[in-house]
Amino acid sequence: MISWFSFLPYGLAYTVATVIDILVIALPLMLAVAMIIYADRKIWAAMALRRGPNVVGPFGLLQSFADGLKVFLQETIIPSAANRGLFLIAPIITFTVALAAWAVIPFGPKAVLANINVGLLYLLAISSMGVYGVILSGWASNSKYPFYSAIRAAAQMVSYEVAIGFVLISVVLWTGSFRLNDIVMAQRGHIFGIINAFGFNPLLFPMAVVFLISSMAETARAPFDLTEAESEIVAGYQTEYSSMSFALFWLGEYGNVLLMCALNATLFWGGWLPPLDLPFLYWVPGIVWIFAKILIFFFIFSWVKATVPRYRYDQLMRLGWKIFLPLSLIWVFLISGWLMLTRYGV
Amino acid sequence: MKLGYYIKSFTLWEFVKAHAKTLAYFFKPKATINYPFEKNPLSPRFRGEHVLRRYPNGEERCIACKLCEAVCPAQAITIEAEPRDDGSRRTTRYDIDMTKCIFCGFCQEACPVDAVVEGPNFEYSTETREELIYDKAKLLANGDRWERAIAQNLAADAPYR
Repeated sequence: MISWFSFLPYGLAYTVATVIDILVIALPLMLAVAMIIYADRKIWAAMALRRGPNVVGPFGLLQSFADGLKVFLQETIIPSAANRGLFLIAPIITFTVALAAWAVIPFGPKAVLANINVGLLYLLAISSMGVYGVILSGWASNSKYPFYSAIRAAAQMVSYEVAIGFVLISVVLWTGSFRLNDIVMAQRGHIFGIINAFGFNPLLFPMAVVFLISSMAETARAPFDLTEAESEIVAGYQTEYSSMSFALFWLGEYGNVLLMCALNATLFWGGWLPPLDLPFLYWVPGIVWIFAKILIFFFIFSWVKATVPRYRYDQLMRLGWKIFLPLSLIWVFLISGWLMLTRYGV
Repeated sequence: MKLGYYIKSFTLWEFVKAHAKTLAYFFKPKATINYPFEKNPLSPRFRGEHVLRRYPNGEERCIACKLCEAVCPAQAITIEAEPRDDGSRRTTRYDIDMTKCIFCGFCQEACPVDAVVEGPNFEYSTETREELIYDKAKLLANGDRWERAIAQNLAADAPYR
């Protein structure tokens, strides 16, 4: 894309091209988040035998935009006891971090904003930054429920990031690269030379499940939404927020959910590769495949939300530390042992 | 036994079963109706918003006997009465505080002339509390508006009284 701006000096051309690249990812992402919130409500409603939003626009498709307009027109209320600066910057951090992580997600063989060779480490770093938004908002609100929520969020995200780290290590061991595009390419014809997915590998399948569940915990989705458990702590860290700062939290939250869906698809289910390694399937551009996979994973996320009741906090911790951590640790040993036996020789 | 438990636990069997169930529900027809556009049928005995009815010649039915005021358990009804110029006994004031009303239907049971009736209308929300304190003019206007439906409902329910 830089070549389109070759009439400009290189530095400027690079900047313009990168900004356009960012917008090409970020703007559809915002639209996708709006529609995914609608989809979430619809799926949840359908499983509860309700209809969900169906008045604004055809089938209620414009519901999220109506909601967005509503919060946009609301007054921004800042509690007088709140720490003004941190209170306002917290939702911005959440939102920015949710967007920034998309930089390394590959949508096609070349269609990735930053094809860096430490893509997975970047993702881990960025997703750990995400907790700052929650903690800062909880602390800066100067109110008890947001504070409880912030403490819960901090502990929860740290716990599940450990398991996620080991899952990523097992994928990296198998691939030999931290670059997300290499991970996708390594999945080409992984099973019997025809199925493009790590997920069907019996050694990696348990890791795929652990990663799916951990990613729900990491994004504080339904069975693990202890940080906004409305029956205990009102709305958690969002309690004191209103107007656009509230909307930013929502956008960031669903942006993170989409990111985790994209990661599930990329790490274990072939990313932008078609499900089967057949030549005619490659005529469909990779972005269609990864988008379809993201949607499938989002359906699973909503499905789980509609099915499983919220975990108790000690159960959440037990699952993270006493089941997922040992399981993923053992599996890293298993996988590295298997690779030593088969690929590298003892 | 113990082994079976662990197999169930690690294959997430209970979760798989639960998700199959919710997926089955996902494709079921919806139980809710499309409310503002579709409405459930109402019984003729449905007790909604109050009206004061008139005779077909336009004369108001209420004779200011104050039975409804006396029977009202929420004390939502306030009546003042005076003889009218033609000597008949009529109300000068007939207020119902809809914020107090518990919709028990005692007023319409007590009424000897079917003047005060709880009609089929339940969509009368207001933006202020004051609008829910109904006076006689409002109740008579309601009566004129809902007379057809109320007359039908009373006729339908009459055989069972």
